[in-house]
Amino acid sequence: MNDDTAREARVTVDEVFRCESRQVLATLIRLLGDFDTAEEALQEAFAVAMEQWPRDGIPANPRAWLVSTGRFKAIDGMRRRARYDASLNEITKHIENTTSEPLVEHEDEHIEDDRLRLIFTCCHPALAEEAQLAMTLREVCNLTTEEIARAFLTKPATMAQRIVRAKTKIRDARIPYEVPLPSELPERLDSVLRVVYLVFNEGYSASFGASLTRADLSGEAIRLGRLLLQLLPEPEVMGLLALMLLHESRRPARTSANGDLVLLEQQDRSLWNQAQVAEGIAFVERALSLKRIGPYTLQAAIAAVHAEASSAEQTDWAQIVALYDVLLRVEPSPIIQLNRAVAVAMRDGPAKGLELVDVLLARGELAQYHLAHAARADFCRRLARNAEARVSYQRALALAKQEPEQRFLRQRLMELT
Amino acid sequence: MKYLCLVYLEEQILNAFPSDKRRSISDEAMSYCEKLQKTGQLLAASPLHPVETATTVRVREGKTSTTDGPFAETKEQLGGFLMIDVPDLNDAIRIAAQFPAARFGSVEVRPMKELGCAD
Repeated sequence: MNDDTAREARVTVDEVFRCESRQVLATLIRLLGDFDTAEEALQEAFAVAMEQWPRDGIPANPRAWLVSTGRFKAIDGMRRRARYDASLNEITKHIENTTSEPLVEHEDEHIEDDRLRLIFTCCHPALAEEAQLAMTLREVCNLTTEEIARAFLTKPATMAQRIVRAKTKIRDARIPYEVPLPSELPERLDSVLRVVYLVFNEGYSASFGASLTRADLSGEAIRLGRLLLQLLPEPEVMGLLALMLLHESRRPARTSANGDLVLLEQQDRSLWNQAQVAEGIAFVERALSLKRIGPYTLQAAIAAVHAEASSAEQTDWAQIVALYDVLLRVEPSPIIQLNRAVAVAMRDGPAKGLELVDVLLARGELAQYHLAHAARADFCRRLARNAEARVSYQRALALAKQEPEQRFLRQRLMELT
Repeated sequence: MKYLCLVYLEEQILNAFPSDKRRSISDEAMSYCEKLQKTGQLLAASPLHPVETATTVRVREGKTSTTDGPFAETKEQLGGFLMIDVPDLNDAIRIAAQFPAARFGSVEVRPMKELGCAD
């Protein structure tokens, strides 16, 4: 084989690693029964590929080749260790027997299931939510521990510890590597969708710190949503993907050149990404046609009504209020009630909105939520009740954690004086 | 794998139920345990005496200290346990979730180690 073909083969190994490493990993975890062993086997398989493919050519089915090489390497390693530790003998035999060669040959049929198994295991509700996030980004999305730590503004050591602890719990508590039963699917899918949406939101509006958006995480969440939809075409998966696309479409208009927050009603809608809007609306329509309508689809439908309006004034606020009413029936939450109050204010005027938000604040659940006070301040400002507006903006400012939001609230306070 | 399902509940909630409701919960728990015993998933189960009878034992630097009361001051107390033997955590969670007290208390599911297993 000449140098050119060898170079080409090395490029192919890189390419296969980028596209297929998670699928190979997902299958190896099932075959070997352990995350760490599977990861080690994956690395070894790619090392062998790097050495052999440039010399012998690329195998017909690279993925199956990698799975079978990884499995062989792992069993080989276990056999070697078993010479010193007899307790490993039985495990090695068990893995050899349950994953014989012909089984590996037919792996392609199981591969999609394996990716779902991996997602459901990483998002298992027996793991802490922060561990679910870290595991999903590490194992499913292939982000490095350092990248995840940077995205969540924690130390790499903390993130690494979190991942190690999650893997220990999966092993010791014996969290099974399986797709949930149909009867348990809705609840377990909720947990997966929440993780995907948390990743998206972490990227879309970081909960603290100087930068308002971290596009990488949002992009990762959308990719994850697409993968999930391909594996499990449930209406709510479609709804969540639509919701993320429609929010993401507004990104270019959401912050000004100097990093300040631009509210939806002031955004330059010509900046919205029309490809994402169109795709998002198409998904909403498909999800709504499936008749099992959940909270993500409803939120996406609300975002779609905004996306279809040329300005805040042109928006069909009556339809938005109606959608919030349905959403509140599916998922009663004070934050949704607050959003509904804002929509009512757009439909019926700020006095109506103020009435609703005061009832909500009096109930206490939103007392520490900066956006509730910001909404109240905004209604008062529009009603020319400036003294009240000032008090509420100050409360909101004291509670807001993000710099761009604080700047926005300070700006509003200045405009009042 | 064996799991210990620790049933936590607020005794006052249970005591505040009318006696016929207490009886029906207890009957439901009994027949649930009988069912699990028949399928071979239940190894042992027992309600515990009220929390006032609890003693927490600790050994520090070779000295045994016993204190009156449960291990932590929370509203919920350990009210009983089920020791079950099922293939994995999902089965254990399924069983724990069906125990009546899961509805007003909590069930802590703890994987059990083999006796003499060091790590």
